[in-house]
Amino acid sequence: MDLAMQARPMEAPIEAHNHNRWSPYVDNGGTTLAIAGADYVLVASDTRQSDGYLINSRYSPKAFVLSNNAVLGTSGCSADSKRLYEVLEQRAQLYQHRHDRQISTPALAQLLSNTMYSRRMLPYYVFPVLAGIDAKGAGAAYSYDAVGNMQRVTGVCFGSASALIQPFLDNQVRFKNQRDADPNRLLTREEAFKIAVDAFTSATERDIYTGDYLEIFIVDAAGAHKEMRELKHD
Amino acid sequence: MAPPAEPSTGFKFDNVKRNQLLGDKGYGQPTATKTGTTIVGIIYKDGVILGADTRATAGPIVADKNCEKIHYLAPNMYCCGAGTAADTEFTTKMFSSQLALHSLSTGREARVVTAMTMLKQFLFKYQGHIGAALVLGGYDVTGPHLFTIHPHGSTDKLPFVTMGSGSLAAMSVFESRWHEGLSREDGLELVKDAIEAGIFNDLGSGSNVDACVITKGNVEYIRGFSRPNERAVKEQSYRFAQGTTEFIVPTATAQGEEAAAMDVSA
Amino acid sequence: MDPVSLELPHTLRGPQATAGYGPTTRTTQPIVTGTSVVAFKYKDGIMMAADCLASYGSLARFRNENRLMKVNETTVLGVSGDMGDFQHMKHKLEDVMTHEYDMDDGQALGTKSVYKCLSNIMYGRRTNINPLWNSFIVGGVDGGERVLGYVDLYGTTYMADSLATGFGKHLAVPILRRRVEGRADEITEEEAVAIMDDCMRVLLYRDCRAFNKLRRAKVTAQGVEISEPYSLATNWSYAESIVGYGV
Repeated sequence: MDLAMQARPMEAPIEAHNHNRWSPYVDNGGTTLAIAGADYVLVASDTRQSDGYLINSRYSPKAFVLSNNAVLGTSGCSADSKRLYEVLEQRAQLYQHRHDRQISTPALAQLLSNTMYSRRMLPYYVFPVLAGIDAKGAGAAYSYDAVGNMQRVTGVCFGSASALIQPFLDNQVRFKNQRDADPNRLLTREEAFKIAVDAFTSATERDIYTGDYLEIFIVDAAGAHKEMRELKHD
Repeated sequence: MAPPAEPSTGFKFDNVKRNQLLGDKGYGQPTATKTGTTIVGIIYKDGVILGADTRATAGPIVADKNCEKIHYLAPNMYCCGAGTAADTEFTTKMFSSQLALHSLSTGREARVVTAMTMLKQFLFKYQGHIGAALVLGGYDVTGPHLFTIHPHGSTDKLPFVTMGSGSLAAMSVFESRWHEGLSREDGLELVKDAIEAGIFNDLGSGSNVDACVITKGNVEYIRGFSRPNERAVKEQSYRFAQGTTEFIVPTATAQGEEAAAMDVSA
Repeated sequence: MDPVSLELPHTLRGPQATAGYGPTTRTTQPIVTGTSVVAFKYKDGIMMAADCLASYGSLARFRNENRLMKVNETTVLGVSGDMGDFQHMKHKLEDVMTHEYDMDDGQALGTKSVYKCLSNIMYGRRTNINPLWNSFIVGGVDGGERVLGYVDLYGTTYMADSLATGFGKHLAVPILRRRVEGRADEITEEEAVAIMDDCMRVLLYRDCRAFNKLRRAKVTAQGVEISEPYSLATNWSYAESIVGYGV
C-alpha cells in the first residue's frame, strides 16, 4: 500500500480542533441609553454585570466620565468596555497635554470611532454611546456599532434590553407615531430623567440581564453629575 | 393485509434522523422553550413542604412574572416542575387524571411511590425527549415522601431536594441549614430562603415564592408566600390624548354600508 | 512519508513548519486544575480560602498544593483553573515583586496595582487568543482600604464585598451575599471563620473536585497570614436513613 496516499494523521484532529475554537468574547449583559436635549445630555445604565445565569456583580458601572466631562456609556463585553474607556481616556489626556485644552466632544466622538475601527479584525465587543456638549453648547449623543460606525442621535439605547427600550424612546423622545406632536421638540431634563427611570424599571421587569442599580449621568456646561436609583435585584 | 392504521395521537419520531443529519451539517435544530426555575422540597417534622419561584422565561425575556410551578397531582400530592414548560404542565395534568382513575378503581388514596413510578416509567419511555424535571411531594398511608424525577426517568429519594437553574443556589441553603425534625415554621422559612437564594442569585428565577405544605390529611397551598419583588411605581403616566394614533381615512369609494361603517375620523 | 517519524503539532517549530498543518493551534483546555476559591471582606480585612487539591480530570492527582499565594506584605492571590498557567503567572508576579524590591525607592506595590497588573496580563493574553486558563481573586488592604477583585481568562474583572470562583460562584456566593453583603464592617474574625467554613463545607458536600484539606488566608493591616492545611467537620448522619431511590 502506498503510504503517501494516506491522509496525514494529524489533519483530522486539527480540523476538529478548529471547530471548537475558544471564543475570546463574553456577553456580560446590561443596558445603556442616552437622551440629548437643548443644553444637556443624559446617559443612563444599569450596573449589573452578568455571565449566563450568574450575577457577577450587582454594582459594576459601565458608564464612565472622561476627563473632558463627556460620558462613555457601554454594554456588551465588560472587559472590552473597560479597556475601551482606558484607551479613550488616555488619548483624551494626551490631547490635553499636547494642545493645552480639553478635547471637544465631536473630536472625541471621531476619536472613539477611529479607536473602534483600529480593532476591525478583533473588534471590541462593545456598543458605546458617547455623550457630551458640542461647540454650540447643545447636548450631543453619538452611537456606534462594534467596529466604529458613528451616528449623532437624540435618543438611543444599546444592550440586552435595547429591543424593549428603543421603541419606547422612539415614541417618547422622538415622538414617533404621535400625530400632533412636534418631532423636533427636545425634552427638558426633568422629562428625560423620568423617561430614563421608567425605561429602566420597566426593562428590569422583563429583561433578566438588566437590574440591580441605575446610574444616570447628566452632562451640561457645568460638567457631569450622577444620580443613583435602585432597581430590582431578581 | 392492510397496514395497521396510524394512531391519531401520541408522539412521532419520523423526523429525528433527518433533524440529526441537518444538525450535523450545521443547521441547528429548533429548540423548545425552556424555563429557568428554582424548585425545592423538604421533609419536615409533620410532612413535606414544596417551594417554587414564579418566573417563566423565554430566552432572555421574562415571559410570565407570576406563574404557578407547583402543580396539583392528587388530593395528597403536589409536584413542582422545571424544564420545558409545556412538558411539565402536560405531564402533571396527564398523571393527575391517571391517579384519579387509579384511586377510583382501587378505592384508596393513591400512594406517592405510585405517582413516582408512573412518572419515571413515562419519562424513561421518551428517553429524555420530554424535558420535565420534577420535585414530587406528598403524604400517604405510609407517611411523607419526597422525590426528584429527572427528564430521563431517574429518581432520587432524599429529605431535601432542589431542581432547576437555581438548584445550586437553593441547595447551598439546604446544605448549610437543613436538619432533621424541623418545625413547620422553620421549614417554611428554610424553603422561603432557598427559593429566594434562587430568585436573587439565578437570573432564570425571579419574582415571588410559592409554597405548599402537605401533612397527614391536609394540604396548604400558599400562593405568594413571599413577595420580595414588587414593581417600582412609574414616574409618570403614559396615557395618550385621544386621537394621537395616526390612522388612514379610506378615500377610495367603498361599496355600500361598509364604507359608512369605516368612516372613523375623530 | 515515513509514518513513524511524523511530527506532532506541538513539536513543530515555527510558523513555516506548521503551515502545512493548517493554522497555528493552541492548547485550549485546562489539564491539572484547582477548584473554587472563596473570599470576602470582614471587619479587619480580607478572608480567603481554597483547598489543597490539584485534579487531573477526575483524578485527585496532587493533594498537597497551595492555591493561595502571598504576593507581597499586603496582598494575597487565590487561584482556580489550570495549575501550570498559575505557576507561569506566579513566576511573572514574583518577577514584578523582585523588580519592585530592586527599585529600593521605599514604595511598595499596593493591592490595587497588583490587581491591575494581573488584569492587564489576563486581558492581553485573551486578546492574543492565548489565554491563561485561570480565575483569580486578589485580596488585600491598600492604604487602609480593603480591596477584593476578580479576574478570569477573558480579562473580565469585577469587585464586590464577597467573591468566589468556579463552583463557588454557584454554591458559595448565595451564602455570602446573604451573610456578608452590606455588613462587612460588622463581621468579626470569629464570625468570618464560621462563614468561610460553612461555604467550604457546602462546596465539599456538592463539588466533586473539592477536597477536605484546605487553607485559609487573611489579610489585615498587620499583613498576610496563610494557615496550615486543616480539615472541616462534616455530618453525614441523615444519610443513614436514606434507603434506595424509590420504593
